[in-house]
Amino acid sequence: MRRSGYFYAQLAFTLLVCAFLIVPVFMSIIAGLTENFFIGVKSGLTLRWIGVVWDLYAPTILRSMYIALATLAVTSFVGVPTAYVLAKRPGLVTRLIEEFLVLPVAIPGLAIALALIITYGGFRDFRTSWLFILVGHVLYTLPFMVRSVLAVLSSFDFLVLEESAASLGAGFWRRFFGIVIPNARSGIIAGALTVVTLSIGEFNLTWMLHTPETMTLPVGLADSYASMRLEIGSAYTLVFFVMITPLLIALQRYGMQRTKTRKAA
Amino acid sequence: MRGRENRILLLMVAPAIIVGAAFFLLPLARLALVGATGNLGLSAYAAVITNPQYFAALGSTIVLSITVTAMTLVIAGFTGVFLERNHFLGREALISMLTLPLAFPGVVVGFMVIMLAGRTGLTGDVTALFGAGRLVFAYSIAGLFTGYIYFSIPRVILTIMAAAEKLDPALEEAAKSLGANPGRVVLDVILPALQPALIASGAVCFATSMGAFGTAFTLATDIKVLPIVIYTEFTLLANISLAAALSMVLGAITWLTLAACRAFAGTAAAAAG
Repeated sequence: MRRSGYFYAQLAFTLLVCAFLIVPVFMSIIAGLTENFFIGVKSGLTLRWIGVVWDLYAPTILRSMYIALATLAVTSFVGVPTAYVLAKRPGLVTRLIEEFLVLPVAIPGLAIALALIITYGGFRDFRTSWLFILVGHVLYTLPFMVRSVLAVLSSFDFLVLEESAASLGAGFWRRFFGIVIPNARSGIIAGALTVVTLSIGEFNLTWMLHTPETMTLPVGLADSYASMRLEIGSAYTLVFFVMITPLLIALQRYGMQRTKTRKAA
Repeated sequence: MRGRENRILLLMVAPAIIVGAAFFLLPLARLALVGATGNLGLSAYAAVITNPQYFAALGSTIVLSITVTAMTLVIAGFTGVFLERNHFLGREALISMLTLPLAFPGVVVGFMVIMLAGRTGLTGDVTALFGAGRLVFAYSIAGLFTGYIYFSIPRVILTIMAAAEKLDPALEEAAKSLGANPGRVVLDVILPALQPALIASGAVCFATSMGAFGTAFTLATDIKVLPIVIYTEFTLLANISLAAALSMVLGAITWLTLAACRAFAGTAAAAAG
């Protein structure tokens, strides 16, 4: 196929936009692996800065991981049944519940964090534990889990499947775990990947909710950008990229698979 | 039978309602109350307009967010439609690159701007190469603008692509055969069809920019955006009721924007999240 001049002009523009987004990522990766970024790569490549990051910030990396997993556990337990109810009984009440659950996404994290501190900041043990951060992350990520599962459940008629199972004598929970959950699997997985990715990267809420003992990875990043040399900040960012990229690739694969199967159907 | 099932369904949705009420509604009500009961009383809410400093912060945040949104819609509109229509080697890779920053927290976006335009940044290297001195703009309003564009493009591009997928090529063919030049086709056929997606993703983009904190925090620009003002009032000046009132105002602005655009653009906005 012959491409027109328009095509190449648009392609050039798209490549420029890609470069704008990706070049700084590569620069930061290189900076994290160079002996001295001021001199450049000719000063030699090293893993020293990664080691420094591990010594300084290992607890923040581990904490971000378990907070993300805990957030996933809570949002799955709370969000999947909620999505099921919303799909099963569409109406004014469920519509309002959905609106209410999605609200935290529409309000800046800073405002939600302030509200949580004003209300629960007095409970010292709670305020200083990682559970306080977990609450913020659950509020922020729950809508993504609910919507993801709800989208899948709304795309096919699961009520018919449920009815036929009921007519064969399957009880409520048997139908829920035997029919609804397996059929909503793709939505649950996509929702889970989104929740973990968002939780690992959450900063706006976490910056307000954390204490020196409950620093997470993005909070540590802000700390390193402000007070460490550029190479350490870069190496730390590299650790973040390494954690987040597999999740994003999986998410993208999953999203594409889903649109493909939907097209086929 | 149905009564029992309704009870089970209520039980299933109960945890979400409890979490939402205890950790969102109640705190938000407290926030509103604290905002109204400081030494300024209810007028704390008016301070965002009556106090010149806060009003300037609100103004610059709104102007910044609107400019960023407009610019992002243009950039992401062009690239999104292009990538949806043309299939070529490496297209998937380009899409992955354009959506990668979706998962970056604001602080990392700020750091990316420092990489591009900071004291040891790329723009400095390039301009120095041409003997024009080192161009450093990361810590100015231009740096803030660059950062906001950086995190906005990935948020908009997927919505545009999804909408472009549904465009009917027959309409464009018809317009072309009637003698419309490419510019007219874009204006009269493509733009109206993309309108709901543009409104929806534009609203998300605007609301995100209004509430963004991490990027401005990392760049420590001298331009004060509203979230930074709120943060400063709360942490450094311990002016809790004023911080509460300002964040209620900020929350109201972002929420109303999203709600209004959703009402206007229909269900498209709900999918944008």
